[in-house]
Amino acid sequence: MIRAFGYNEFLFLLSAVQWTLLLSVIAFIGGGIVGLFVALGRTSDVKPLRLLATGYIQLFQGTPLLMQLFLVFFGATVVGIDMSPWVAAAVGLTLNTSAFLGEIWRGCIQSVPRGQWEAASSLGLRYPGLMRYVILPQAVKVAVPPTVGYLVQVIKGTSLAAIIGFVELTRAGQIVNNATFQPFLVFGIVAAIYFALCWPLSLLSQRLEARYAAPSR
Amino acid sequence: MTYDFQFDAVFASWDYLLDGAWLTVRLSFGAMAIGMVVAILCALGKTSGPKPVRWAINAYIEVIRNTPFLVQIFLIFFGLPTVGLRLSPDMAALIAMVVNVGAYATEIIRAGIESIHKGQIEAGLALGLRPLQVFRYIVLKPALRTVYPALTSQFILLMLSSSVVSAISADELTSVANNIQSQTFRSFEIYIVVTGVYLVLALMFSALFAGIYRLAFAYSVDRR
Repeated sequence: MIRAFGYNEFLFLLSAVQWTLLLSVIAFIGGGIVGLFVALGRTSDVKPLRLLATGYIQLFQGTPLLMQLFLVFFGATVVGIDMSPWVAAAVGLTLNTSAFLGEIWRGCIQSVPRGQWEAASSLGLRYPGLMRYVILPQAVKVAVPPTVGYLVQVIKGTSLAAIIGFVELTRAGQIVNNATFQPFLVFGIVAAIYFALCWPLSLLSQRLEARYAAPSR
Repeated sequence: MTYDFQFDAVFASWDYLLDGAWLTVRLSFGAMAIGMVVAILCALGKTSGPKPVRWAINAYIEVIRNTPFLVQIFLIFFGLPTVGLRLSPDMAALIAMVVNVGAYATEIIRAGIESIHKGQIEAGLALGLRPLQVFRYIVLKPALRTVYPALTSQFILLMLSSSVVSAISADELTSVANNIQSQTFRSFEIYIVVTGVYLVLALMFSALFAGIYRLAFAYSVDRR
């Protein structure tokens, strides 16, 4: 039975946006927390830590996000946990985001001039204080524009959760399309919703970048 | 609970996997080559075209960069047949990849073009070269050299994201993995092997790109 695309179908798509957003927020916050440790490890003076963080980043940047989601989803059953697509998507996206944010933030930490590190440690600050009061506050300023920009990648990445069967915006689009057979209209609306979520963030990122790129003297 | 790993089911269909990997490589290189042409034309249009052209190229870039690749594939594969353009999954995958990478590469190449000093272009014009000759001989090559690292990492991302085209059953690596998975039910084994294959492909791509750089751009630049 082919249904027409009507108001109800549109509402169904809109209500699926909340899952896309929730998944994005979880991946971003979780990825941010793990990513901070990845960035710290990547810039650490301790060689094993540095190697570990580098390997972690290489692994996640060198394999497809879709494979990572599959591995979390099917890997959970290997260790005997029955994981819903929802949890698998959240875990997979968190890990992926942490690797990319870790690499972005590594650059930001390393952009703080060497003299700042030396000055802070000659003032007697140890690693936690040095990071907390001297390096990170300066790195954060550089990190804001690319981090906002990366948020767009996170939102778009959540669409892959559709493939492991979690009903977010893209999967909702597939479901509606299967019932109405109006792919141009349905996926056009889905694309427009993604665009409405992502474009403002892209613009914000560009604006922040232009502002921070201006000489701060 | 212990899990009994059985990789023999995976390695029994190694030739099938190899076919899939080969299609992934061909799709990636096809999309890179066509995408580069699209991107160079769009970057040229964006930096020196008339206003409507610039506006259209901007719209293309922003729409592609702010929507998921998966939705773009669905629009092309399911949408185009409704206007009478029936595509095979492989063809739809290639088109989606070209359209996608074209937008990203345009922005990268545009940044390269804008990094070329104005004096270079003026010098070229003063020597009597026509504008397109200036673009071809003076602007494009140093521009590509400047943005080469960004461009090649975008290409590696393209190869990795090609796994998404399995959603329309183009017979590339991930799709092959899905098929083997549904026949053998050794999900974890097959996906870990295929993930390894992607990692190897990514490393091979970056080695290849480093080699191309040495062949094409290994001249010294004296910037004084």
